[in-house]
Amino acid sequence: MSAFTEEQIERYSRHIILQEVGGKGQRKLLAASVLVIGAGGLGSPVGLYLAAAGVGTIGVVDCDAVELSNLQRQVLHATPDLGQRKCLSAQATMEAINPDVTVIPHDLRLTSANALEVISGYDVVVDGADNFPTRYLVNDACVLLGTPLVHAGILRFEGQVTTVAPGRGPCYRCLYPEPPPPGMVPSCQEAGILGATAGVVGALQATEALKLLLGIGEPLIGRLLIYDALDMVFRSIKVARDPHCLVCGEAPTITELIDYEQFCGVVVGKETVS
Amino acid sequence: MTTLRTPALTMDLRGTPCPLNWVKTKLRLEEMAPGAWLEVVVDDGNPARNVPRSAEGEGHRIVVITVTPEGVRVLIEKV
Repeated sequence: MSAFTEEQIERYSRHIILQEVGGKGQRKLLAASVLVIGAGGLGSPVGLYLAAAGVGTIGVVDCDAVELSNLQRQVLHATPDLGQRKCLSAQATMEAINPDVTVIPHDLRLTSANALEVISGYDVVVDGADNFPTRYLVNDACVLLGTPLVHAGILRFEGQVTTVAPGRGPCYRCLYPEPPPPGMVPSCQEAGILGATAGVVGALQATEALKLLLGIGEPLIGRLLIYDALDMVFRSIKVARDPHCLVCGEAPTITELIDYEQFCGVVVGKETVS
Repeated sequence: MTTLRTPALTMDLRGTPCPLNWVKTKLRLEEMAPGAWLEVVVDDGNPARNVPRSAEGEGHRIVVITVTPEGVRVLIEKV
């Protein structure tokens, strides 16, 4: 077991002091890897907190460039980063926070063709995507690989978070067997999002990822946490595993990745990611 | 001075402020076997109050605290 440097002892002192973390837990984080899908409203707080926490390897998937309308909530990026690849802007910010961390930029859109290869090898996946094809794709890939997944979604003043631990609880498909009809659920681009709401929900995802890596506490397995920022209320709903789930049920029919654009009825090129 | 038995290890943490003195004590305790003794020497004042309290908070036993002109010697038995 490698010894901490003086700088690491000071940097991680508030973690090490925690009885549930200690030096042992901090070493786990430094040896761990997390894949963050999307460097946007959710991926930003996730990336910042995971980097600050000393998660040794963090992959960031995003194929967009930083736009002015992102900066109201996507706190990984700053005004001088406008036009830059988001995954590279994220890498620069995260590695500046903590030089112990290696950020792997994945400048690509996740598809059925590349998802298993990109995701495999990571200890935990955090989904900060804002479109249904990617959510189902990431869920199915994580179930097939047995990789824990922290899912979240946000809109306007609301957010929801749940943790998928394949084999130990329900998956995203158990919760939502089918996507909503195209256009029924608006995107943040259409409906808006209070920037700080993304911050709260992303911080919840980061907390879940850290708990999973440390093996402490009670993750949101089999529970959907719903946050309402206007009323400032958190509610938790129990979710059961669906024995008929197409990917994690007793007789799964999805044994390899499918065409998620088609499954979600999306017209390719018109879906939005934020 | 205690005459019970000699600690396996002594760490000089004089000049190391709170909470780093406890962080370093804790990291050393994690590497030790249960029942082993660690002696830390800390500054009088806050360190002499905080380090034993934190150690007890994690279930370790404070064997004896000895105040000397050179610093406060805290003898800890790992839980």
